[in-house]
Amino acid sequence: MITVLIIMTSGIIIGWFLHKKEKILKILSGLTDWAIYILLFLLGLSAGTNEKILNNFDQIGLQAILITLFAVAGSILVSWLTYILFFKKDER
Amino acid sequence: MKGSLIILAFFIGGLLLGMYELLPDQLLTNDYSMYALYILMFLVGIGIGSNKKSLEVIKSVNFKIILVPISVITGTYIGVAAFSLIQDNLSLVESLAIGSGFGYYSLSSVLITEISGETLGVIALLSNISREIITLLFTPVFAKYFGKLAPISSGGATSMDTTLPIITKYIGSDYAIISVFSGVVLTILIPFIIAVIL
Repeated sequence: MITVLIIMTSGIIIGWFLHKKEKILKILSGLTDWAIYILLFLLGLSAGTNEKILNNFDQIGLQAILITLFAVAGSILVSWLTYILFFKKDER
Repeated sequence: MKGSLIILAFFIGGLLLGMYELLPDQLLTNDYSMYALYILMFLVGIGIGSNKKSLEVIKSVNFKIILVPISVITGTYIGVAAFSLIQDNLSLVESLAIGSGFGYYSLSSVLITEISGETLGVIALLSNISREIITLLFTPVFAKYFGKLAPISSGGATSMDTTLPIITKYIGSDYAIISVFSGVVLTILIPFIIAVIL
């Protein structure tokens, strides 16, 4: 995974130098979308050939939704506290 | 929303082609995804580095605004840790990794797939897409009952782009910069956090 992080960090540095080259950036942003589409297509493909995933798809879906509800509830409660303690008093 | 539908369409397309074995074996047995991931991470890096919002964000840093992404991260981890206690299928580490997508479903699911395999990747994809959809649907409710930071924290990384319009509609445009800040910070941190956790 170190490789991934090094690649991303070098992208950030190159991106910083490119930030005024609108035309190049537009092309790269289109390429980014396609890289994402291809990767998710490949994820679908390997999931579609994986018996373990196919046989448990309902359970996997249920777990995904439950964990999200917990994640959202937790983050809302902590940020509610942050809001009351640090933000609310500055409003009229 | 349109973005998530396109992504789901590609995922489901791949799923169906895989299920019915409609592709030549050559494509199925070779693993190209690592190279595609490298290209994606490079492009994502360029996107972050060249983003004008990133510069705005650096200028707007202060103590209070930093508390927002910290609250989102802490709250999400408390939530998913609680989840990992009530069931036996996902371990604490796996739950934390899925939570660390913070709604950035494309990047988190492919990263998690490469590190921990496709089962966890699929859960991460579905979970983080639901996080975006929940935010799009329930922002009015969250804003009304849980304060103005609630929709921002529910949106996670998406609060900088896909869920930003609905969030600012319900909590006001004076909170837009906070929403973008929180989303940008999470987006940059996600690959690092996932790589460290798994």
